[in-house]
Amino acid sequence: MTTKKLSIIAFSGDFDKLTAVFTLATGAAAVGYEVNIFFTFWGLDALKIKQGRSPLGSNWLTKVFGVMMGGLKASPTTRFNFCGIGPKIFRYLMRKNNVATLEELVEAAKVLGINFYACEMAMHILGLKKEDFIPEVKDVLGVASFLKLSEGGQTLFI
Amino acid sequence: MATYNLDVTKDHCPMTFVKTKIELNKLQKGDVLQVKLLEGEPLENVPRSAREQGFNVLSVTETETKGVYNVEIQK
Repeated sequence: MTTKKLSIIAFSGDFDKLTAVFTLATGAAAVGYEVNIFFTFWGLDALKIKQGRSPLGSNWLTKVFGVMMGGLKASPTTRFNFCGIGPKIFRYLMRKNNVATLEELVEAAKVLGINFYACEMAMHILGLKKEDFIPEVKDVLGVASFLKLSEGGQTLFI
Repeated sequence: MATYNLDVTKDHCPMTFVKTKIELNKLQKGDVLQVKLLEGEPLENVPRSAREQGFNVLSVTETETKGVYNVEIQK
Protein backbone atom coordinates (compact mmCIF):
# COMPACT_ATOMS: atom_id res chain seq x y z
CA MET A 1 0.00 0.00 0.00
CA THR A 2 1.58 3.27 -1.09
CA THR A 3 1.04 6.23 1.22
CA LYS A 4 -0.91 9.10 -0.28
CA LYS A 5 0.31 12.55 0.60
CA LEU A 6 -1.28 15.97 1.14
CA SER A 7 0.79 19.09 1.68
CA ILE A 8 -0.88 22.36 2.62
CA ILE A 9 0.66 25.81 2.56
CA ALA A 10 -1.16 27.64 5.35
CA PHE A 11 -0.64 31.28 4.40
CA SER A 12 -3.71 32.78 6.02
CA GLY A 13 -4.08 33.41 9.74
CA ASP A 14 -7.84 33.82 9.36
CA PHE A 15 -10.07 31.73 11.58
CA ASP A 16 -12.19 30.37 8.72
CA LYS A 17 -9.27 29.58 6.43
CA LEU A 18 -7.36 27.89 9.26
CA THR A 19 -10.51 25.86 9.94
CA ALA A 20 -10.39 24.74 6.29
CA VAL A 21 -6.67 23.88 6.64
CA PHE A 22 -7.19 21.75 9.75
CA THR A 23 -10.42 20.13 8.51
CA LEU A 24 -8.71 18.96 5.32
CA ALA A 25 -5.55 17.98 7.15
CA THR A 26 -7.21 15.91 9.88
CA GLY A 27 -9.63 14.32 7.40
CA ALA A 28 -6.78 13.32 5.12
CA ALA A 29 -4.65 11.99 8.00
CA ALA A 30 -7.60 9.97 9.30
CA VAL A 31 -7.99 8.21 5.95
CA GLY A 32 -4.31 7.33 5.86
CA TYR A 33 -2.63 10.25 4.11
CA GLU A 34 0.74 11.55 5.15
CA VAL A 35 0.01 15.24 5.85
CA ASN A 36 2.42 18.16 5.88
CA ILE A 37 1.39 21.72 6.74
CA PHE A 38 3.81 24.49 5.90
CA PHE A 39 2.84 27.59 7.90
CA THR A 40 3.98 30.85 6.44
CA PHE A 41 3.34 34.53 7.08
CA TRP A 42 -0.06 35.08 8.76
CA GLY A 43 -0.46 31.32 9.03
CA LEU A 44 2.33 31.24 11.63
CA ASP A 45 -0.17 32.72 14.13
CA ALA A 46 -1.75 29.27 14.40
CA LEU A 47 1.50 27.84 15.80
CA LYS A 48 2.15 30.35 18.57
CA ILE A 49 2.21 28.97 22.10
CA LYS A 50 0.62 32.18 23.31
CA GLN A 51 -2.77 31.93 21.64
CA GLY A 52 -3.93 35.40 22.66
CA ARG A 53 -2.22 38.70 21.83
CA SER A 54 1.34 38.98 23.01
CA PRO A 55 4.33 41.10 21.96
CA LEU A 56 6.34 38.40 20.21
CA GLY A 57 9.03 39.85 18.01
CA SER A 58 12.64 40.91 17.86
CA ASN A 59 12.19 44.71 17.89
CA TRP A 60 9.50 47.30 18.68
CA LEU A 61 7.93 47.09 15.22
CA THR A 62 7.64 43.29 15.11
CA LYS A 63 6.44 43.34 18.75
CA VAL A 64 3.59 45.68 17.71
CA PHE A 65 2.84 43.31 14.82
CA GLY A 66 2.90 40.42 17.30
CA VAL A 67 0.20 42.04 19.42
CA MET A 68 -1.88 43.00 16.36
CA MET A 69 -1.64 39.53 14.78
CA GLY A 70 -2.08 37.49 17.95
CA GLY A 71 -2.38 33.71 18.08
CA LEU A 72 -5.04 31.11 17.29
CA LYS A 73 -7.56 32.54 19.76
CA ALA A 74 -7.20 36.02 18.27
CA SER A 75 -7.63 34.96 14.63
CA PRO A 76 -10.21 37.06 12.76
CA THR A 77 -12.76 35.78 10.24
CA THR A 78 -12.35 36.68 6.55
CA ARG A 79 -15.88 38.11 6.53
CA PHE A 80 -18.23 39.13 9.36
CA ASN A 81 -15.36 39.74 11.75
CA PHE A 82 -17.21 42.60 13.48
CA CYS A 83 -14.07 43.72 15.35
CA GLY A 84 -13.44 40.24 16.75
CA ILE A 85 -17.00 39.27 17.65
CA GLY A 86 -17.35 37.23 14.43
CA PRO A 87 -15.04 34.36 15.49
CA LYS A 88 -16.88 34.14 18.84
CA ILE A 89 -20.19 33.79 16.99
CA PHE A 90 -18.76 31.11 14.70
CA ARG A 91 -17.25 29.20 17.64
CA TYR A 92 -20.68 29.31 19.31
CA LEU A 93 -22.41 28.08 16.14
CA MET A 94 -19.86 25.29 15.68
CA ARG A 95 -20.27 24.08 19.26
CA LYS A 96 -24.06 24.33 19.06
CA ASN A 97 -24.10 22.20 15.90
CA ASN A 98 -21.52 19.69 17.19
CA VAL A 99 -19.02 20.67 14.51
CA ALA A 100 -15.40 20.49 15.67
CA THR A 101 -14.02 23.88 16.67
CA LEU A 102 -10.68 25.10 15.35
CA GLU A 103 -8.99 24.23 18.67
CA GLU A 104 -10.38 20.68 18.59
CA LEU A 105 -9.16 20.22 15.02
CA VAL A 106 -5.67 21.43 15.97
CA GLU A 107 -5.57 18.97 18.88
CA ALA A 108 -6.74 16.15 16.58
CA ALA A 109 -4.03 17.11 14.07
CA LYS A 110 -1.38 16.77 16.80
CA VAL A 111 -2.72 13.37 17.90
CA LEU A 112 -2.80 12.13 14.29
CA GLY A 113 0.86 13.04 13.91
CA ILE A 114 0.42 15.62 11.17
CA ASN A 115 3.73 17.28 10.33
CA PHE A 116 3.87 21.00 11.12
CA TYR A 117 6.57 23.11 9.50
CA ALA A 118 7.29 26.82 9.91
CA CYS A 119 8.59 29.09 7.15
CA GLU A 120 12.05 30.36 7.94
CA MET A 121 11.78 33.53 5.84
CA ALA A 122 8.45 34.66 7.35
CA MET A 123 9.74 33.96 10.86
CA HIS A 124 12.73 36.15 10.11
CA ILE A 125 10.57 39.07 8.91
CA LEU A 126 8.19 38.82 11.89
CA GLY A 127 10.97 38.32 14.43
CA LEU A 128 9.60 34.95 15.54
CA LYS A 129 11.70 32.13 16.99
CA LYS A 130 11.05 28.39 17.03
CA GLU A 131 10.61 28.69 20.84
CA ASP A 132 7.58 30.96 20.23
CA PHE A 133 5.81 27.99 18.64
CA ILE A 134 4.18 24.84 19.97
CA PRO A 135 6.63 21.94 20.38
CA GLU A 136 4.83 19.93 17.66
CA VAL A 137 6.52 22.12 15.03
CA LYS A 138 8.82 19.57 13.46
CA ASP A 139 11.16 21.88 11.66
CA VAL A 140 11.83 25.35 10.25
CA LEU A 141 12.03 25.15 6.47
CA GLY A 142 12.50 27.07 3.25
CA VAL A 143 10.90 26.66 -0.18
CA ALA A 144 13.33 24.03 -1.46
CA SER A 145 12.78 21.72 1.52
CA PHE A 146 9.02 22.14 1.30
CA LEU A 147 9.03 21.25 -2.42
CA LYS A 148 11.01 18.15 -1.63
CA LEU A 149 8.59 17.18 1.15
CA SER A 150 5.50 17.70 -0.99
CA GLU A 151 6.89 15.91 -4.04
CA GLY A 152 4.65 13.17 -5.37
CA GLY A 153 1.54 14.31 -3.47
CA GLN A 154 -1.18 16.93 -3.66
CA THR A 155 -0.46 20.51 -2.63
CA LEU A 156 -2.92 23.18 -1.55
CA PHE A 157 -2.45 26.86 -0.81
CA ILE A 158 -4.89 28.27 1.73
CA MET B 1 -8.46 -9.11 22.77
CA ALA B 2 -10.73 -6.37 24.02
CA THR B 3 -13.76 -4.54 22.69
CA TYR B 4 -14.09 -0.77 22.84
CA ASN B 5 -16.99 1.54 22.07
CA LEU B 6 -17.14 4.86 20.29
CA ASP B 7 -20.21 6.98 19.62
CA VAL B 8 -19.89 9.48 16.78
CA THR B 9 -23.61 10.01 16.18
CA LYS B 10 -23.33 13.63 17.32
CA ASP B 11 -20.23 14.37 15.23
CA HIS B 12 -19.80 15.63 11.70
CA CYS B 13 -17.17 15.46 8.97
CA PRO B 14 -14.23 15.09 9.49
CA MET B 15 -14.56 14.23 13.21
CA THR B 16 -16.55 11.03 12.58
CA PHE B 17 -13.61 9.30 10.94
CA VAL B 18 -10.95 11.38 12.74
CA LYS B 19 -12.20 10.12 16.13
CA THR B 20 -12.45 6.58 14.76
CA LYS B 21 -8.86 6.72 13.53
CA ILE B 22 -7.57 8.15 16.82
CA GLU B 23 -9.35 5.36 18.76
CA LEU B 24 -8.07 2.68 16.37
CA ASN B 25 -4.52 3.96 16.87
CA LYS B 26 -4.83 3.32 20.62
CA LEU B 27 -5.95 -0.30 20.15
CA GLN B 28 -3.78 -3.42 20.25
CA LYS B 29 -3.76 -5.76 17.28
CA GLY B 30 -6.81 -8.00 17.46
CA ASP B 31 -8.90 -5.55 19.52
CA VAL B 32 -12.32 -4.57 18.22
CA LEU B 33 -13.81 -1.08 18.08
CA GLN B 34 -17.59 -0.75 17.91
CA VAL B 35 -18.48 2.54 16.31
CA LYS B 36 -22.00 3.88 16.58
CA LEU B 37 -22.73 6.22 13.70
CA LEU B 38 -25.44 7.72 11.52
CA GLU B 39 -26.37 6.71 8.00
CA GLY B 40 -25.17 8.89 5.11
CA GLU B 41 -21.67 10.34 5.09
CA PRO B 42 -20.35 8.61 8.27
CA LEU B 43 -21.74 5.21 7.23
CA GLU B 44 -20.04 5.53 3.85
CA ASN B 45 -16.73 6.95 5.04
CA VAL B 46 -15.92 5.21 8.32
CA PRO B 47 -15.99 1.58 7.08
CA ARG B 48 -14.40 2.47 3.74
CA SER B 49 -11.48 4.41 5.21
CA ALA B 50 -10.94 1.65 7.80
CA ARG B 51 -10.78 -1.00 5.05
CA GLU B 52 -8.45 1.14 2.94
CA GLN B 53 -6.02 1.35 5.85
CA GLY B 54 -5.95 -2.39 6.34
CA PHE B 55 -8.37 -2.71 9.25
CA ASN B 56 -10.89 -5.53 9.23
CA VAL B 57 -14.53 -4.40 9.11
CA LEU B 58 -16.32 -7.29 10.83
CA SER B 59 -19.90 -6.10 10.56
CA VAL B 60 -22.19 -3.21 9.71
CA THR B 61 -25.61 -3.52 11.36
CA GLU B 62 -28.51 -1.16 11.90
CA THR B 63 -29.50 -0.69 15.56
CA GLU B 64 -33.08 -0.59 16.86
CA THR B 65 -33.02 3.13 16.16
CA LYS B 66 -33.63 3.77 12.49
CA GLY B 67 -30.69 5.41 10.73
CA VAL B 68 -28.22 4.54 13.51
CA TYR B 69 -25.67 1.87 12.71
CA ASN B 70 -23.06 -0.16 14.54
CA VAL B 71 -19.80 -0.82 12.74
CA GLU B 72 -17.35 -3.34 14.17
CA ILE B 73 -13.74 -2.74 13.19
CA GLN B 74 -10.90 -5.03 14.15
CA LYS B 75 -7.33 -3.83 14.30
